[in-house]
Amino acid sequence: MSETGAGQIVVRYEHVAKAFGPKVIYQDVSLEVRRGENMVIMGGSGTGKSVMLKCLIGLMQPTAGKIFYGDREVTAMDEAELIDVRRNIAYVFQQAALFDSMTVFENIAYPLRTHLKLSEEELAARVELNLDRVNLPGVGDLMPSQLSGGMRKRIGLARAIALEPEIILWDEPTTGLDPSNTKRISELILKMQSELKVTSLIVTHDMTSAMMVADRVALLHGKRIEKVLPKADIQKEPRGTLLRDFIEGNLDI
Amino acid sequence: MRFLIRLSQRIGHGVADFLENFGAMMRLGGQTIAHSFSRPFELHEVFKQIEHLGLGSISIALMTLFATGMVMALQFAVGLDRFGGRDYVSVVVGLAILRELGPVLSSVVVGGRVSSGIAAELGSMAVTEQIDAIRALGNNPVKKLVVPRMWAMMIALPSLALFADIVGILGGMAISSLELGLRPTTYLSDTIDGVQLIDLVTGLVKTYVFGFGIVLIACHNGMRTYGGTEGVGQATTKTVVASLIFIFLADFFLTRLLLVFG
Repeated sequence: MSETGAGQIVVRYEHVAKAFGPKVIYQDVSLEVRRGENMVIMGGSGTGKSVMLKCLIGLMQPTAGKIFYGDREVTAMDEAELIDVRRNIAYVFQQAALFDSMTVFENIAYPLRTHLKLSEEELAARVELNLDRVNLPGVGDLMPSQLSGGMRKRIGLARAIALEPEIILWDEPTTGLDPSNTKRISELILKMQSELKVTSLIVTHDMTSAMMVADRVALLHGKRIEKVLPKADIQKEPRGTLLRDFIEGNLDI
Repeated sequence: MRFLIRLSQRIGHGVADFLENFGAMMRLGGQTIAHSFSRPFELHEVFKQIEHLGLGSISIALMTLFATGMVMALQFAVGLDRFGGRDYVSVVVGLAILRELGPVLSSVVVGGRVSSGIAAELGSMAVTEQIDAIRALGNNPVKKLVVPRMWAMMIALPSLALFADIVGILGGMAISSLELGLRPTTYLSDTIDGVQLIDLVTGLVKTYVFGFGIVLIACHNGMRTYGGTEGVGQATTKTVVASLIFIFLADFFLTRLLLVFG
């Protein structure tokens, strides 16, 4: 975190509430994320972790409250203004969300074609660079259906980082993966932080991965952010506290 | 009493649901029109969709109209014989096909086939978060998914209906020559003398409205799909039913409206 601006607040949730019809997902979520850190958001299934990420780039609208990216209020933006935010905040989807009808190459080229005017050679070079970054060189001609789950997630990451984002949102990055793929993805999250200096918000309930990548951990429970702690302090949490209970699987959710 | 309350609640929910969907579809229609004329034009995607929606429907649409033309000629021959008007079979069949059956039946056939395909495709994209991914990557799903399908439909359906019109008339001609003893050349020249350009045009105008509605219903239902594969199935079924109802209802109002022009 030595670069300029490291440690300053880049994302801020202020008293955010979200409901789907009568079903209240959360009532009062407040959270600050600092530049360059890996913030892990933990919580049981259905607590609205992914919804938090989707609200940050305007894929969903909160029912109340404000969300800021830098000093700009995302929740007040229209679809056209959000495009700029989405160029800088990448979303890595839980099931990768690759476009089935396109090759791996076209999937990664998609955001580049959308936002930049590159020649075909430059495009090919950028795609290959990003395939290298996720350690999958030379798979550009494959279709998404030919990839394994772990590979799909890495291609999803390659597509997300193609525009060199400032922030990456990871939606359950290791769910459904075997231990070696889980480790590989966790290493990629750390690599993005160290090499590309990105800030990451990682939503997960995979404790192994969370402990490996987190700088700080936030616990979403009881319809709000219950606690935010640096990773080092988690083991110091006394037994019987919410966070400790969650980690040890003793929290009823 | 409790039954009445439950019934009225159901009706209330149904009406609210319909209005909500109708409003959302109108918004989608507005966005589609707005994005249809803004750069970049995804011509490659439009051609791909024309191939997908239009070419794939040709055989079924033409077969439907050929058979319909034959049946109409036989039935009208029976009816018109009662008034000694067998010579008018060609004109009556021509009018029925150009003004009504060509456009409506092509739209029904294409509507059934294409709307379910669009709803299933976009529905699968929605449940696998691919539509969210389009937005997350800074693009617009309406521009990327709806607009090319709309252009493709606007080009393919009227063209298909035009071919279907011709094949329908040829069907009538074929059966008249084989069964009713009318000479094909006479049949054709009678048809050409009897029908007017306005008959053809009003028929084709309808297909633009039908096509617009079919794509809008299919895209709306597809993009709003949730609940995994089961949701995709439901969206597909709902779309086929809604498209067909739309075609038949819109046909009545359009026919009434277009009568102003003749």
